[in-house]
Amino acid sequence: MTNYIGKSIKRVEDKRFITGQGKYTDDIKLPNMVHAYILRSPYAHANVKGIDTAEALKVPGVVTILTGADIPEAIAGVPCGWQVDFKNGDTMKEPPHPLLVRGTVRHVGDGVAMVVAETKAIAKDASDLIDVDYEVLDAVADPKKAAAPGAPLVHPDCPSNICFDWELGNPKDEVAAALAGAHHVTELDFVNQRVVPNAMETRGVVALYDTAYDKYTIYTSTQNPHLIRLLMCAFVLGIPEHKVRVVGPDVGGGFGSKIFHYAEEALLVWASKHIGRPIKWSSDRSEAFMTDAHGRDHNSNAKMGFDKDGKIVALQATTFANLGAYLSTFAPAVPTYLHGTLMQGLYTTPKVNVDVTAVFTHTNAVDAYRGAGRPEATYLLERLIDLAALEMDMDPAELRLKNFIPAFDGVEQEGYQTQVALQYDSGNYEPVLKRALEMIGYENFRSEQAAAASSNKILGIGFSTYIEACGIAPSAVVGSLGARAGLFESAQVRVQPTGKVSVFTGSHSHGQGHETTFAQIVADKLGIDLGDVEIIHGDSDSVAFGMGTYGSRSLAVGGSAIVKSIEKVLEKGAKVAAHLLEASADDLNYEGGKWTVKGTDKSVSFGDVSLTAYVPHNYPEGLEPGLDFSSFYDPANFTYPFGAHVAIVEIDKETGAVKLKRFIAVDDVGNVINPMIVDGQIHGGLAQGIGQALHEGALYDDTGQLINGSYMDYCMPRADDFPSFEIDRTVTPCPHNPLGVKGAGEAGCIGSTPAVVNAVVDALWKAGFKVKDIPMPMTPERVWTAMQG
Amino acid sequence: MKNKISVTVNGKQYEGEVEGRELLVNYLREHLSLTGTHIGCDTSSCGACTIHMNGHAVKSCTVLAAQADGASITTVEGLATNGELHPIQEGFKEEHGLQCGFCTPGMMMTAVDLLKDNSDPSEHEIRDALEGNFCRCTGYHNIVKSIQHAAKKMNGVTA
Repeated sequence: MTNYIGKSIKRVEDKRFITGQGKYTDDIKLPNMVHAYILRSPYAHANVKGIDTAEALKVPGVVTILTGADIPEAIAGVPCGWQVDFKNGDTMKEPPHPLLVRGTVRHVGDGVAMVVAETKAIAKDASDLIDVDYEVLDAVADPKKAAAPGAPLVHPDCPSNICFDWELGNPKDEVAAALAGAHHVTELDFVNQRVVPNAMETRGVVALYDTAYDKYTIYTSTQNPHLIRLLMCAFVLGIPEHKVRVVGPDVGGGFGSKIFHYAEEALLVWASKHIGRPIKWSSDRSEAFMTDAHGRDHNSNAKMGFDKDGKIVALQATTFANLGAYLSTFAPAVPTYLHGTLMQGLYTTPKVNVDVTAVFTHTNAVDAYRGAGRPEATYLLERLIDLAALEMDMDPAELRLKNFIPAFDGVEQEGYQTQVALQYDSGNYEPVLKRALEMIGYENFRSEQAAAASSNKILGIGFSTYIEACGIAPSAVVGSLGARAGLFESAQVRVQPTGKVSVFTGSHSHGQGHETTFAQIVADKLGIDLGDVEIIHGDSDSVAFGMGTYGSRSLAVGGSAIVKSIEKVLEKGAKVAAHLLEASADDLNYEGGKWTVKGTDKSVSFGDVSLTAYVPHNYPEGLEPGLDFSSFYDPANFTYPFGAHVAIVEIDKETGAVKLKRFIAVDDVGNVINPMIVDGQIHGGLAQGIGQALHEGALYDDTGQLINGSYMDYCMPRADDFPSFEIDRTVTPCPHNPLGVKGAGEAGCIGSTPAVVNAVVDALWKAGFKVKDIPMPMTPERVWTAMQG
Repeated sequence: MKNKISVTVNGKQYEGEVEGRELLVNYLREHLSLTGTHIGCDTSSCGACTIHMNGHAVKSCTVLAAQADGASITTVEGLATNGELHPIQEGFKEEHGLQCGFCTPGMMMTAVDLLKDNSDPSEHEIRDALEGNFCRCTGYHNIVKSIQHAAKKMNGVTA
């Protein structure tokens, strides 16, 4: 059977997971392995006056205890992978991020010492006996407070805690003038609260140094094996890259938090040689809360101006972005190029300015979390436009339809140039919203809502029409924007002598189903059976290179690289086939797994050509044997999926409890290879976005203490928090990649959050409570308080 | 102090010595190398370590290995029989009830326990029964469908 593309093929990777045979990092056991436990700071800011390990070292089974002082000076700290400059052209502040602290702790969870022992339990016990002399200092956790005069400094050489300031779009005075002349201006102060990614598998590392080959192997729960190797070897440890193998085995979810190079990776690689034994570290959940890079944490003010017909005339967004204490790998890109560039949304807004101040605080690092910057931009835009509709007494759907950019396919019509740098590839925005309205039964809903307005259970509806930039992306573009790495993808298609195919991709699957989706593409393009294709990923010794999986890029960039390699296989295969068929390659057709001489029944199969390529006895002169091609694909542009999300909520007026009654999502992610998998990606994204609106939020108090750093305190969304989702899609192909795909991993999380908040605000307005905002997460207490005036 | 224990796991008898404080999940993973049972938290909240002990779903991070002395345990590795998938495993595969797969073993063990007590649960009952199991990938949507799929199969309803 061929013709796999577009079908909901069941996942080939499932078997190992449903039978308990997945191999995650913590499942790896190596002979003679020792276990590490990292003693972490309980304070947000303190000078470490001394670390006494004497008692801890006496515990039977303890192998060694390492502190910052034990790490050689030649080993650098954790590097940042993206540079953003100040408005005045100065380079951003990039303070050192040591693998274990030297002198000062800067957030709760900062690593102070690593205990190495025969078991994790022994290491943990011994860590209790380490006596750290802390001199506790004032701390600051809020980004606006951190940037205010007199705030405690996170890094001594970073005045006002400002890492950089940044601006994009039309000049501010032009935007101000347009707002001054507007018929109506909607203004709102927002907090897009900090959330914790919470992949169900915590991070873990196993490192091994092999003296025979002078080579290190590291297994790490990462989305990004090759980039980790590059950053760790070249910028931290100074070990030649070819002497390090990085494996990202089965990885239990990432959502961004496993993109980054973390201190523990370099620390364990170094320690594996230093100690001379394989070493494992597995993060506890409470450590994960303190050390996995968090997401969001923006504090913004925004103004959206409208003319008397409801056309948007200008947008000014001003944001303080919390970066935490240290710069994580992509942290500077998130509030800037992944956020400011999305402020046009789906609208024809003629004047847009975005101003961002990125601030250090005594908190855990903030970096990309599912959507990374785009949810924050969407939140701001979609809250404003829904609120504007309420304020102007207009219909929120009508108001959006009035402002949508007209349809363009990127082929006949040019891409849409925004005021904020990006050029959208293709878009057709009305149909997604209109389809969502149909699915809701919008008019009926409004009558139901009116009828319920005076009851104890009031109803609300909230919209969100979003665009995102994904398939990250063209290396030259991201390079000019500060990326310190390329963002292409590689793929090798190795046809085995018998015509079976091994595909090596630089993308990494940690739930996305690459082993199925990518195999569907290969099997279809080669006209062979799906079972004859194997997708290999996550091992830097078998995959040539890779930039990993994030930014909904696997299919658009990694899939396109595979297509390029398949084209090369078929081109060479045609030469072999032509020789065997005694015809010209131009006269051949490739279909159904065989080359046929056009207009005849003479053909040769893919398997026969493969065998001939490896047993080249009767072979074209001058042609190299073998059928094995690598490609690197660097896209021409980002891809721009879009969609319309609608939430319907019921609020109990007596308790303030919000019940999500329905959630409708109509997304356009371009062409779809496996609808089942795309739907699954949307569902998961929706749950995370809705989770932020209703349940989740990391809380730091004024001393920098993380006060809800466990599942007992942090509200993780559960099955009974959601209805079944109602989803549909339209298809507007991407015009610039060979598959026409755009990416689906983040869409659900980008669109859904503001829809839920808008629904709650709508319910309150329609019941007579003219509340502009309810801070997320919208707990019953917050909603109830809002209703008390 | 070490405690001698004797447990039956997936139909096989094991004798072992465990520390008094050792959790059952550690015993399964470290002593028996049954790594299909996962550790997702340290507060008995996430359910990734759910197994069956004497026929009931329990979080194996909340049971001491010593308490399992004499017990009969089933882990995810023991769900399939003679290479044939259990209907719940089939349900998760057919309905795309898993993505990263980390929560899946615990989810399935909880679901099997639910279906034992309630062979035809409503969506609401399924969501309710999953309150002790977190999934971060699927939004639970297809997990609900997977369990419904398994219920139908176990009730002899053909799709």
